[in-house]
Amino acid sequence: MTADGQWLTFLALLLPFAAAAIAPALTRALHHNAAWVLAIAPALIFLHFTGFVGPVSDGETLTGGYAWIPSLSVDFSWFLDGLSVTFALLISGIGTLIVLYAGGYLKGHEHQGRFFSFILMFMGSMLGLVVADSFLTLFVFWELTSITSFLLIGFDHSREASRRAALQALVVTGLGGLSLLAGLLVIWSATGVNSMSALLATESVLRDAPLYMAALLLILGGAFTKSAQFPFHFWLPNAMEAPTPVSAYLHSATMVKAGVYLLMRLNPVLGDTAAWETILPLFGGTTLLVGTLLAVRQTDLKLMLAYTTVASLGLLVMLTGVGSEKAVEAAVLYLVAHSMFKGALFMVAGLVDHESGTRDVTKLGGLRTAMPITFTAAVLAAASMGGVPLFFGFLAKEEIYAGLGFANGWTTMLTLVALAGNGLMFAIGFAVALKPFLGAKVETPKHAHEGPILLWLGPVVLGALGLVSALFSGVSHELVSSPMSSAVLGEAVTVTISTIPHIGMPLALSVVTVALGVLVFVMLGQGRAAMAGILNAIGWGPDKGFDQVMRGLTRVSFSVTNLIQNGRLDYYMTATFIAVAAAVLIPMGLYGEWPAVPSMPRMPFYEWTVLLIALIGLGAVIYARDRLTAIVSLGIQGFSVALIFMLLGAPDLSFTQFMVETLSVVILALVMTRLRLSPTDHRPTGEKVMDVAVAGTCGAALGLMLLRVTQVPFNSELSDFFTQYSRVLAHGRNIVNVILVDFRGTDTLGEIAVVMIAGLAILALVRVRSVKPIASKNGEG
Amino acid sequence: MEAALAFVVSVFFAVAIYLMLSKHIIRILLGVSIFGNAVNLSIFTAGRLMREVPPIIPEALQTPDSAIANPLPQALVLTAIVISFSLFAFLLVLAFRAYQELGTDDTDGMRVAEPEGEPLPPLGY
Repeated sequence: MTADGQWLTFLALLLPFAAAAIAPALTRALHHNAAWVLAIAPALIFLHFTGFVGPVSDGETLTGGYAWIPSLSVDFSWFLDGLSVTFALLISGIGTLIVLYAGGYLKGHEHQGRFFSFILMFMGSMLGLVVADSFLTLFVFWELTSITSFLLIGFDHSREASRRAALQALVVTGLGGLSLLAGLLVIWSATGVNSMSALLATESVLRDAPLYMAALLLILGGAFTKSAQFPFHFWLPNAMEAPTPVSAYLHSATMVKAGVYLLMRLNPVLGDTAAWETILPLFGGTTLLVGTLLAVRQTDLKLMLAYTTVASLGLLVMLTGVGSEKAVEAAVLYLVAHSMFKGALFMVAGLVDHESGTRDVTKLGGLRTAMPITFTAAVLAAASMGGVPLFFGFLAKEEIYAGLGFANGWTTMLTLVALAGNGLMFAIGFAVALKPFLGAKVETPKHAHEGPILLWLGPVVLGALGLVSALFSGVSHELVSSPMSSAVLGEAVTVTISTIPHIGMPLALSVVTVALGVLVFVMLGQGRAAMAGILNAIGWGPDKGFDQVMRGLTRVSFSVTNLIQNGRLDYYMTATFIAVAAAVLIPMGLYGEWPAVPSMPRMPFYEWTVLLIALIGLGAVIYARDRLTAIVSLGIQGFSVALIFMLLGAPDLSFTQFMVETLSVVILALVMTRLRLSPTDHRPTGEKVMDVAVAGTCGAALGLMLLRVTQVPFNSELSDFFTQYSRVLAHGRNIVNVILVDFRGTDTLGEIAVVMIAGLAILALVRVRSVKPIASKNGEG
Repeated sequence: MEAALAFVVSVFFAVAIYLMLSKHIIRILLGVSIFGNAVNLSIFTAGRLMREVPPIIPEALQTPDSAIANPLPQALVLTAIVISFSLFAFLLVLAFRAYQELGTDDTDGMRVAEPEGEPLPPLGY
């Protein structure tokens, strides 16, 4: 790859973020027309990535990047093959249409600029995710998509439902992201490589590694949450709280496919094992059935589409799990088809909602004359979704049936699941595309008419593309389907399916699907009532479970907080001093550093007397029953300390201590005249014993530590330095003073500052009086 | 000598901590004051003790000609005395004002910042 190409790809990855940065200012200047300008960014990216289609379809892979944290061998790097280029084209291509659509959809919204900014940031994150080569790059972009998705779902943050949905999506996909990170680290340690391109070159090293199962389960944790597989599917329908451009872009065409992307990316190294071929179809198939059945229950256009998206993701996971050549080709075709038709249908749903004021399918009808363009786009998209011949969805469906077949019981079951799912999706797709437009005209909250070009451009282009890409299936297979399938399978394959129907098993199954779909479509009302009855009977789902878990978390953390931080000072003090005693005693015990038993110190009697007086003063403080005794005994111990300093060669300390103790006693006396000393200690005996034990242990611990310290050889280096240079350098004879005002002058300045701040704080405390007592229940003090 | 002071220091600490574990704010303050002395004495003792020879260089000399008391812990303790006095004075006034405002000198009654029986935080979103 040329240096220029490197640069351009790097710029293409940065461009969405740059566009996001200017979006608010641009929107302030141009209002909704800023969309036309902002859409240039994804359009340029789309053009840039089309340049790779040629080389990639020839079987080349391109890598590039920069060293990010070389000491940890972490790079910012990208890797382009059929899979990532197809995803990049989908993201930038649909992104262009979505930016335009958002320009019309949120026209006049006060935060439209912010919305553009978020959606462009998402685009950059998603683009980075699918082209990422190094694991860390992948993880960072993966989490960025979760975060931008959170911002977009919660865009309308004044509604509680939006906030809940945003948080739910973040919690579920964020937890999945952690699982992914753990999985990638396991792969790193099992194979010794930390980039996709290198991992794909290791072939079956990972499959044979003892950590294979751990890696697989952790990766699946990430993929299943992101791609909304049962039982993590619940966040996706809730994410429909977001404005419709977000639903169309993130929650159908791109972000939710990140999990499928990851599975496809790792298929060559993780796939082709019994676990892979069991777990994936099991969860995918369940998701497919649950998704379609829940979709039947809905009347909201967006929710109907959301549940079919869940179902489609299940189908993709199931096909990826089956892993045969045909199944993977089917997954690839269906993924591309789904991005086009589902994106279009979401935009149609938003358009109908925008123009008529409702998206409840039971309150809509007869819009075909008012909104002919929208109707056309809807029918085109639904035809692809339903798998009608001549549309791209048809190719996907033929390939699905060809890939599953009836070879044994397991694939027969999967075929039946796919059949049921596809039939139901056919019905839902046409219900969304036809019900609002056909039949008698129904009065809607707003007088419906065709939307502006910004709104219908996207669905029309995507709908038409579903037809064109199938008619020219040779070209689309050569440029997109075959390279992508080859990348997923890890070997070169050619997709050949075309729109010309072949008589055979897949076609027969397609006919059955359509028949089933038409049947469900006709009976949709009854089906909806039946599903509603069943769901009411069950009455619990993972969505409710999420609330229960979140509430439980709040309760648990509340009680833990109450336990640890219960607002009782004595409790805190006890805990603190127990910790101090433990911190001193446990290491001494562990390392056997107990002090030696000292011999009886030989001291003159006056020193003993001073120490004794200090101890008496301490005892008197404890037993003081009135203020005078307390003040006097506090003074006794303070002055004894001053005497100790005096006797031990520290006259400066002694004078300061005398002064400070005198001042303390004076201030204490002033305050004590207002504040009574309780004559008795209120503590019950049990508490007293406990406190004595804590205080005694802690005091003994600190004393023992001091004794031990005095028993080791003394390092007098620093003291000698000050002694040597006090006169020579600083011209002072009193070494203590020289240290304070010269050698450590700034420390003394700090000390003065502390004294000043304390003085100011005291002044403020004395001067400032609240108008009302803080705690009115306690009355005036 | 150090052993005797180590014993005295441990009694200082024990008494200070015992007073600080009380619920009465005035006793806690007495404890804080004694605690400061305990810390100062232990720093002083840790620097080793020397009787009656202050760290002062005689007029005629550039460096002391005989052993002197360790000046470094003295400098540290001098700073610490002043700081602990500032803290004590501040706490005293704070306690007094708290008593005036709240009408109690019992720490169990001083629950403005962490009220008793606080309700669960909102469980919504």
